[in-house]
Amino acid sequence: MNDNAMQKSALSPAMPWILAAAILIVLPFIFTGGGSITIMNQIGITIVLAMSYNMLLGQGGMLSFGHAVYMGIGGFVAVHVMNLVENEYMWLPLPLLPLVGGLVGLGFATIIGSFSTRKAGTVFAMISLGIGELIAACCIIITVFFGGEEGISGDRTMAPPTFGIEFITQKEVYFLIAFWVLLSTFCMYLFTQTPVGKMANAVRDNPERAEFVGYSQRWVRYVSFCAAGFFAGVAGALFAINYEILTEQNLNLNMSFQVLLATYIGGVGFFLGPIFGAILFTLLQTVIGLQTDLWALYTGLVFILMVMFLPAGLTGLFAMHMIPIQLGRVGMLIKPYSKIFFPGLAFVIGIIALIELINHVRHHGEEQFMTLFWVEFDTTSFVPWGLFALMTIVGFYISRIFAKEVAEAWGEATFVEGERS
Amino acid sequence: MDLFIINVIDGLIYGLLLFMLSSGLTLIFSMMGVLNLSHAAFYMLGAYLAYQISVITGFWVGLIVAPILVTILGAAVERYGLRRVHQYGHVPELIFTFGLFFVIEELVQYIWGRSMVNYDSPESLNFIAFSLAGGTIPAYKVFMLLVSVGIFVALYYVLARTRVGMIIQAALSYPKTVESLGHNVPLVFMGVFGVGTGLAGLAGVIAGPSLTTFPGMAFLLGSIVFVCVVVGGLGSLSGAFIASLLIGWLQTFAASYNIGAADILIAMGYEFPKDVYYHPWRDLWTLTLPQIGPILPYILLILVLVFKPNGLFGKRET
Repeated sequence: MNDNAMQKSALSPAMPWILAAAILIVLPFIFTGGGSITIMNQIGITIVLAMSYNMLLGQGGMLSFGHAVYMGIGGFVAVHVMNLVENEYMWLPLPLLPLVGGLVGLGFATIIGSFSTRKAGTVFAMISLGIGELIAACCIIITVFFGGEEGISGDRTMAPPTFGIEFITQKEVYFLIAFWVLLSTFCMYLFTQTPVGKMANAVRDNPERAEFVGYSQRWVRYVSFCAAGFFAGVAGALFAINYEILTEQNLNLNMSFQVLLATYIGGVGFFLGPIFGAILFTLLQTVIGLQTDLWALYTGLVFILMVMFLPAGLTGLFAMHMIPIQLGRVGMLIKPYSKIFFPGLAFVIGIIALIELINHVRHHGEEQFMTLFWVEFDTTSFVPWGLFALMTIVGFYISRIFAKEVAEAWGEATFVEGERS
Repeated sequence: MDLFIINVIDGLIYGLLLFMLSSGLTLIFSMMGVLNLSHAAFYMLGAYLAYQISVITGFWVGLIVAPILVTILGAAVERYGLRRVHQYGHVPELIFTFGLFFVIEELVQYIWGRSMVNYDSPESLNFIAFSLAGGTIPAYKVFMLLVSVGIFVALYYVLARTRVGMIIQAALSYPKTVESLGHNVPLVFMGVFGVGTGLAGLAGVIAGPSLTTFPGMAFLLGSIVFVCVVVGGLGSLSGAFIASLLIGWLQTFAASYNIGAADILIAMGYEFPKDVYYHPWRDLWTLTLPQIGPILPYILLILVLVFKPNGLFGKRET
C-alpha cells in the first residue's frame, strides 16, 4: 500500500513530460503534410527561443530588446561548424549541433552579461538594445563570419549519419527538433526549481529584500542571463539545422521584437506561457501571412491591445478563469460570454474587412474584384463597404453594452465572502 | 580646412535635429519615468503627415499643421494607452511603447506604401545659401538650423521663465512633491507627452525633405536618439543637448573622412595581403571609417553604460 503510494508520487511529476513526449511523437503522424511539418519545426524553434526569453522577462524581470542576438550568434556558429564538418575538418553528428550553438550562446551571454546585468530595468533594456543594434550592424561589416547581406548557408545532410539517419527529410529534422524542444523545456523547468531559479523570481519582485536575505541581485541576474543565452543558442542551432541558412534578419531588432511578442502573447510569468505564445504566434505568422500581407499590422495591434488589457497574456486568461471554476460559478459566465461573442466577432470581421478593402483599393486598385473570408465581391460597389462599416459600428456598440454585463458577471463569479473590505 | 568647416555645420544641423527628438524624450522620461521607445515613430509620422499636407497646400502649411496633429496624436496615446498601462509598472510601459513603434511603422506603410515618398523642400528655399571652396550649404539646411535653434530658445524660455516650465522643472527633481502640491499631474503628463512627441513630429517635418521620407526613417534615427539620451544621462536636458551634438559630429565626421584600417596597419609595419578578398582578415583590411560610422554611437552607448551607468550628466538613478 505504502509502496504503491510512493510509486504514484514518483510517477506523477513525470506524467506531464511523458505526455508531452507522446504528443510530440504522435504529431507528425496526424499532420502528415509537408507544409504542416515545416510549420511544426518553426514552432519548435520558436518555443525554445520564447522560453529562454521568458527566463529573462518572466522569471528574472529583465526586459531585453536584443534576445535574437544570442540565437543568431549561436546559429551562425552552428552553420560554420556544419560547413567544417562537411569539409571534414572536424567530426560531429548533427543531433549534437544544438549543444555547440548553446555553448556559443552561453559564452557570448557570459561576456555581455558581465556588465549588462549590473542593473535591471531601463539600463538593462538600453544595453540590450545597443548590443542588438551593434551586432546587427556588424553583420554587414564582418563578412567572414556573418556573410554580409546574403548570410551564411550550409548543408546539414553532409554530417556523419546518426544511427543511419542523414536528416534529409523534414520529418527526420522534426524529430531532432522535437527531442531538443523537450530536453530544453525540461532543463529550463529544472532551472526554475533550483535555488538560483527561485531567487530570480525574488530579485524580479523585490531586489532589495533579496539583497537583505544575502543574495547578490547582480549575480542572480547574471546566472539567469547566461542560462537564457544558452537556450537561445540552442534555438539558433536548431534554426541553422532546419533552414540551413542564417542572415542578418535572424538577429536584428525586428526578430527580437517577434520574440518579445510571442512570449508576451503567451503570457510572461507562467512557465507554459511562452509555449502557447510560440504556437499561436507562429500559426498567425504562417497561416495569416499567407492570406494577407498586413499580418504584421494585425499582430502588432493584437500585441498592443494585449499589453493594455490583458497584461498576463493568454495563459493568464486561463489562470484567471480557474477562480470561478474552483468556486463552481463558471456557469454564470457562459451567458454573458455567449452574448458578447457574436457582436464582438462582427466588429472584428467588419474592421478587418475595411482595412483589407482600403489596402486592396490603394495597392491593387486595377483588380476590381477581391476575395475576403472566402467570398468574392466587387470593390467598386457600395454594398461591401456599407455592410462592413455597419458591422463594425453596430458590433462595437453592442459589444460595449454587453461588456458591462460581462464585467458584472465576472465580479459576481469571482466574489469571495469576506474578501471585500 | 574647408571640409572641416562644412562638416562642423552639417554635424551641428544633424546634432540639433537629434536634440529636437532627444529633448522631448528627456522631458517625457523625467516626468513619467518612461523611456518612450516609439518616439522616433512620431518623428516619422510628422514627416509623412507634412508630406500629405504639402501635396495639397504646400510646404508651409504642413510645417505648422503636421506638428500640431502629431501633438494631438501623442496626447491621445498617453491618455488612452499609456495611462492604462502605467498601473502595471515600468516594464509593461516600455513594452507598450516598443510595440507602438512597430504598429506606427506598419500603419505608415499601410497608408503611404513601402517605398519612399516625394516630399521636397519648398521652392523658395531651393538655392545655395553660401559656398566654401568646393562644398556648398543649401538654404534649406540654414532653415533647418534656424528652426532648431528657434525651438531650442523657445524650449529654454518656457522651461526657465514660465509657470508651466517651473512645474515641469520641479517635477524633474521631485515628481512626488509636485503631485502633493495639488497640480493636476495627469494633465501635465498628457501635455508633456504631447509636446514631446510634437517636437519629434516637427523634427520629422523639417528633416523629411533633406533625409528623405521613407518607412525606415524612424528606425534609422530612433536608436541613435536613445543613445543620445542615455549617453547624456537620462533625465538631463543639458546632457541630452551635449550628447546630441557630440553624436551629430561623430557621425558626420566619420562619414566624410575615408580613413581605412589598411592605412593604419601599413603604417604599423604590416604588409598588405596580395589576395585580400580571400584573406582571413579581409574585413579588417578593407575596413574604413565611414563603414564603422553607424556603429560608433552604439559603442559609445555601451561604454558609457558600463563605466558610468548614469550617463555623462545624469544624476538620477535609472
